[in-house]
Amino acid sequence: MTALAVNALCKSFGGLRVTREINLKVEPGERRLIIGPNGAGKTTLFNLITGELACDSGTVELFGRDITRLATRRRAHLGMARTYQIITLFARDTILRNVTLALLGLSRLRWNPLIDLQTQHHLVTRAREALARVGLDHIAERPLSQTSYGERRRVEIAMALAQSPKILLLDEPFAGLSIDERRDVRQLLQAIPRDVTIVMIEHNMDVALEFAERITLLHFGEVIVEGTRAEVVADPRTREVYLGE
Amino acid sequence: MSGFGSRGAGIIVALILLMTLPIWVGNPYYINVASQILLFAVFALALNVLVGYGGLVSLGHAGLFAIAGYAGALMLQAGYGHLAANAAALVVAIVAAAVFGVLALRSTGIGFLMITLALGQIVWGIAYRWASLTNGDNGVNVTTRPAPFGITLSKADTFYYATLIVFIIAVATMAAFVRSPFGASLRGTRDQARRMEALGYNVWLIRFLAFLFSGFWSGVAGLLFIYYNQFISPQVAALQSSAEVLLMVISGGTATLLGPIAGAAIVVIMKNVVSAYVERWNLVLGLIFVLIITFMPEGLVPGSVRLCRMGWQALRARMSPASLRPAEKGPP
Repeated sequence: MTALAVNALCKSFGGLRVTREINLKVEPGERRLIIGPNGAGKTTLFNLITGELACDSGTVELFGRDITRLATRRRAHLGMARTYQIITLFARDTILRNVTLALLGLSRLRWNPLIDLQTQHHLVTRAREALARVGLDHIAERPLSQTSYGERRRVEIAMALAQSPKILLLDEPFAGLSIDERRDVRQLLQAIPRDVTIVMIEHNMDVALEFAERITLLHFGEVIVEGTRAEVVADPRTREVYLGE
Repeated sequence: MSGFGSRGAGIIVALILLMTLPIWVGNPYYINVASQILLFAVFALALNVLVGYGGLVSLGHAGLFAIAGYAGALMLQAGYGHLAANAAALVVAIVAAAVFGVLALRSTGIGFLMITLALGQIVWGIAYRWASLTNGDNGVNVTTRPAPFGITLSKADTFYYATLIVFIIAVATMAAFVRSPFGASLRGTRDQARRMEALGYNVWLIRFLAFLFSGFWSGVAGLLFIYYNQFISPQVAALQSSAEVLLMVISGGTATLLGPIAGAAIVVIMKNVVSAYVERWNLVLGLIFVLIITFMPEGLVPGSVRLCRMGWQALRARMSPASLRPAEKGPP
């Protein structure tokens, strides 16, 4: 069964067609890279897959289930997690509280107005475990406002991983990171077990190509090349629209 | 003393002061002012749920306050007992809050503010113009106060204690709410609604339930108001009332428990006490708000905490031996 299937997905903003009949099939456990120049429609595609934008036509299937009309929150409950190109965290809270909120999102406890959240030790323990996976458990109590950009990127990934997703959508996880931070995040992504399917948008080809098994190249909202790493890199259309040769 | 210890001690001192207030104040007029502060504090705390923790600024909450007040007053006028009138008034307040919520939560930000303003004005219009029901500008009288367990609340001190009990329950409920997972969810929707949806939260429903909770406590405050004044008129639902309670929340400090209480105290004291000495007390109130917004934009309570902390740190830096050492040693 395909982990994620996107079929003839179309989206327009007024007269601007942002995605045109996009087809995408991602197998379970696969590491898929989505590349394309700025404005190719990569983030829009992610927003359509997660339901943050409603598509004009086409369908999205998650492990064989049609989720096209499902609300974003319902998709999260079905095992879809994502990170954002522009970091979207809870700046007033600590790192630990950020990850706890991610865990709470899938728990029935989120409706409880009577108990003290801080006494929910199982949530806090799981949040610390998720932070340990990204190497941030030692600064768990630190307010987010006192963290570096690279640490925030890792908090985003920790929040996604804390939800034990079946499919993880990473929108430019290496953007704005230093060389050392990039290395850390790459190691972190490589350590994610194979039961998690990963689809990643990335501009940084050095790290992205190393990570990806299959690559999809978008240009003006269309898939123009798809294949293995070697196939896509060797394709003249890739060189033409993306690599600049 | 640890944070919990100092907080616990502060709560105990505050409780002792509040419980002994009629004894050391003595004058029934000032006891009544204290009752007013408490009932408006409950109202401000209710609005703070939306403004402070939900990031939803409402300018129509006086509508909910007045709906509960009118419902209670009309039930009492129709001959129902206090318990039935209060229960019915709270149900009506929650239903009205549900209607307000469904309509207003179609939007956030300025859109939410404008819809709540419009809804509040509709309530005011009904109270003013539907004279056959509300008695129009003449208002509705409430001739009796309840007498729970045989204790009559007609005296200033007994009414104060009844209001204090409701106030303590409201504060305790708000404190539990803020610390709860649902409270954390509501704050999350305030800070990153889109992210919350992607994390699996139903943002709309969280806001709607918060609106109901806020509406319920606004209704409780409305009932306290009619028992305090023994009268309700359309003025209670006017825009000025909504703006006043919003000012209580903002000036005291949003998203804090003490802030709305402090804000309610400022407004009630200015209206009832300072107005006796200063004819243009509105001007003084306005100046106070300007000063708060200028020097403590986060509100009086968090602003005071910040200034005290800064002062304490400056004092410690001046007193610490490290700061003295270079002067003692002198230049090398």
